[in-house]
Amino acid sequence: MHKASLAEPHLPSTLPISPPPPPAARRRPEGSPVVRAILISATFGIVGLLILVPLASVFTQAFAKGLGTYWQNLVGNAETRHAIFLTMMVAPIAVALNVVFGLAAAWLIARFRFPGRTLLITLIDLPFAVSPVVAGLVFVLIFGLQTPLGEWLLAHNYQVIFAPPGLVLATTFVTFPFVARELIPVMEAMGPDEELAARSLGASGWQLYCRVTLPSVKWGLLYGVILCNARAMGEFGAVYVVSGRIGGLTDTMPLRVEKLFQEYNQPAAFAVASLLTLLALVTLVVKVSIEPRVRQEQERDLPPEISQEKA
Amino acid sequence: MSIVIQNVSKRFGSFTALQDVSIKVPEGELVALLGPSGSGKTTLLRIVAGLEAADCGTVQFGTDDITNQNPRDRNIGFVFQHYALFRHMTVFENVAFGLRVRKWANADVQARVMELLSLVKLDILAQRYPSQLSGGQRQRVALARALASSPRVLLLDEPFGALDAKVRAELRQWLRRLHDEYPVTTLFVTHDQEEAFEVSDRVAVMNAGKVEQFDTPDAVFESPASAFVLDFLGNVNVFHGRVQDGKAHVGEIVFDCPGPENQTFGAAKVYVRPHDLDISVEPSEGASLQVRVTHLRPAGSVTRVVAVSIDGQKEIRVDLPIGRSRELAIRKGDVVFVHPRRAHVFAPDYAI
Amino acid sequence: MSVGVSRRVLPGFSLTLGYVVFYLSALVLIPLIACVLKAASLGWDDFWSVVWTPRARAAYALTFGVSFVAAIVNSVLGLIVAWTLVRYDFPFRRLVDALVDVPLALPTAVAGLVYASLYVPNGWLGQFLVPIGIEGAYSRLGIVLVLIFTGFPFVVRTVQPVLAELDVETEEAAAILGATPGQTFRRVLLPALVPPVLTGFALAFARGLGEYGSVIFISSNIQFETEIAPVLIVSQLEAFAYREAAAIAVMLLAMSFTLLVVINLLERWSQRHA
Repeated sequence: MHKASLAEPHLPSTLPISPPPPPAARRRPEGSPVVRAILISATFGIVGLLILVPLASVFTQAFAKGLGTYWQNLVGNAETRHAIFLTMMVAPIAVALNVVFGLAAAWLIARFRFPGRTLLITLIDLPFAVSPVVAGLVFVLIFGLQTPLGEWLLAHNYQVIFAPPGLVLATTFVTFPFVARELIPVMEAMGPDEELAARSLGASGWQLYCRVTLPSVKWGLLYGVILCNARAMGEFGAVYVVSGRIGGLTDTMPLRVEKLFQEYNQPAAFAVASLLTLLALVTLVVKVSIEPRVRQEQERDLPPEISQEKA
Repeated sequence: MSIVIQNVSKRFGSFTALQDVSIKVPEGELVALLGPSGSGKTTLLRIVAGLEAADCGTVQFGTDDITNQNPRDRNIGFVFQHYALFRHMTVFENVAFGLRVRKWANADVQARVMELLSLVKLDILAQRYPSQLSGGQRQRVALARALASSPRVLLLDEPFGALDAKVRAELRQWLRRLHDEYPVTTLFVTHDQEEAFEVSDRVAVMNAGKVEQFDTPDAVFESPASAFVLDFLGNVNVFHGRVQDGKAHVGEIVFDCPGPENQTFGAAKVYVRPHDLDISVEPSEGASLQVRVTHLRPAGSVTRVVAVSIDGQKEIRVDLPIGRSRELAIRKGDVVFVHPRRAHVFAPDYAI
Repeated sequence: MSVGVSRRVLPGFSLTLGYVVFYLSALVLIPLIACVLKAASLGWDDFWSVVWTPRARAAYALTFGVSFVAAIVNSVLGLIVAWTLVRYDFPFRRLVDALVDVPLALPTAVAGLVYASLYVPNGWLGQFLVPIGIEGAYSRLGIVLVLIFTGFPFVVRTVQPVLAELDVETEEAAAILGATPGQTFRRVLLPALVPPVLTGFALAFARGLGEYGSVIFISSNIQFETEIAPVLIVSQLEAFAYREAAAIAVMLLAMSFTLLVVINLLERWSQRHA
């Protein structure tokens, strides 16, 4: 957990960096073997029941009618195909927007002190405190067809709500803290020294940013991106509200799952769900594999390549 | 309550931490376990505490064999290098802990804790939390906590290791005075020779799982039992020579060796402490070594002289009392003569 | 260590400040303010009559109630799992540790779908549970179950680092001072664990308050019975009752923000003896 590195108020990010695994078998004065056995079994039971069973169920039910039907469910149905396509479009756009924001915010917050900085940090955490439905609602209130703005846009043949742009907006809102929150502690740990050195050597702003800053935060950035992407592709509530549920036009994959479920088409619903689950698992695998490097950046250990150069 | 350690051995996997160690800590004495890291001193302490189990051998407090007793039943006090205070409890509650788990009455707890806190001069800080105390204060709280239930034995694991030099020095003296007033049998671990000598009644010098020597500080310093002890305690010059006819020869210098007059064997090492060497401008009676002075440094009551033998092979350190160095008025670059007043001679495996 | 650097030395202050403020305003502030304004357009009395209808009250009570129960359960489960992961070594420990994060990475819709299908009478679990009277699907219990899933990682992840940092030596000291393992746990370990458990509880609770995607699958969404507050908002929207929807959203926001403040205070309180 980043303890005080974000300075003031914050929520731990929703996929916090796990603490490094403790050294195996630290000696402890007494461990009753009975208690140990009970707790370990309980843990397996809890994790098995809460997590493994659902995961297994997704894939089992998806493939229940065989591989052929599974495939057919995914690519045979036009609306499902479109949902997949839409998710693959909306999520990267939201991620890209939030990356730019995250980079800017991290630079601002980690490198400068100014009145209102604490407020800014709190505001960045805001979406965590807002229910997704409310997130979608606020955009409907601004861009909805019942508002002047919405009417004006419609007159110009442009729609935000009940159209992909609204999806992008809602998704961006809900996911925007992720990249910033991963970058800020990394940049604070790094300190401005290297950039100041580059400056004194005559580098321009962009040069020092691209050559000095970015390479040092690349793992934190990547981490933020995969979290942001996982959330963006899986977002339901906010997108539900702004989309108008127009199948073939504004259903993303999670919404498609819900629609198929309502239509009692379990195998198809599970087929789409299995794709999303796969995405979640891949995200976790990537997260776990890059975690040590991100931790290094946060604690400012020298990464292996650099320490070898110095030695 | 004396501590009697007999034939204790301990291995961690393939690493032998302790090999057949036997020591008796007399009742009421303060004994230091001194040695470099890896010498086994902390392991031995922890075995006495019950935090580790010996592979074989016994530990007794007085006549009680406590080898297989678990730590909670041994009624000992233990002070850790990093204090191990309970962070969320006040100083008072920390010291009271051992009494509360033994279900002492509130009034008794109050009396005893305040007694101890005034002993360690922290009574006004009783309601503070450890995070609000300095390192030295924390260690005093740890000590008070360890003494609260009147343990029969007190064990300290590098108690001043985490403190800075000045605080360390103060607390060392304070511990000695405390012990003089309340003589609980105490065993403490340190790698700092000065600390061991200043505080303890007896020192056990340990190396690689064995006790090299167990004696009073004076005896250990003046009559080291082995090359290791000599080398570990303070700076020493080492010369390579051979023993012949009962005398050690290093180059042209001849040392007396205690022992039979007709002893002869090959290689031997001659150890001379820097303060056992004298410098003169002219060669003295008996052989002396010609050297060139490379370094002079005042250090308290002595002048530290570093010199190199004329052939450039050997560096020699001499500690001259200030008076003598002023008398000689040597300077860097001067060529002078060094001769030993006293030396210890060791053959590879045993002392002479 | 980050040091406040003069704006003149490192470039980009105005650029980033401008962009960040613009982005935040456009994306976050203005929409939220618009929501509040919309709700305010009702006027004070109407506002209260809208947010305090019996149906709304039932929704808040349910939302609060199920989130609370789920968070309590997660506190217990999370403590057990965190303890086991930190203090014991066993085969697959790392795998189990990684699996704890699944609820955070998995889309809520998938969670809802799976839980619904598991607990129906012919589901994997439902086939055993329904006969003995435990109806996991289309009931309040189902909502609690799915919220337990989505909130599970929070307590585990807040407790783990605290537990990992506890000194072995503190426990050794307690043992030497005469404490039994039970006493050591109660007097030395537990007090240190209360702050992170509480923080994790609050986080799980906050998450439960806003949860939508997973709940609508498993809840029958019947007014007064199984309708959570977010569902109520959506149904107001579908009825084009924008101001009413905004009003209830404001209520939800107020609850969440209060929780946010509480969580921050809790975190500060946990650090008091560090």
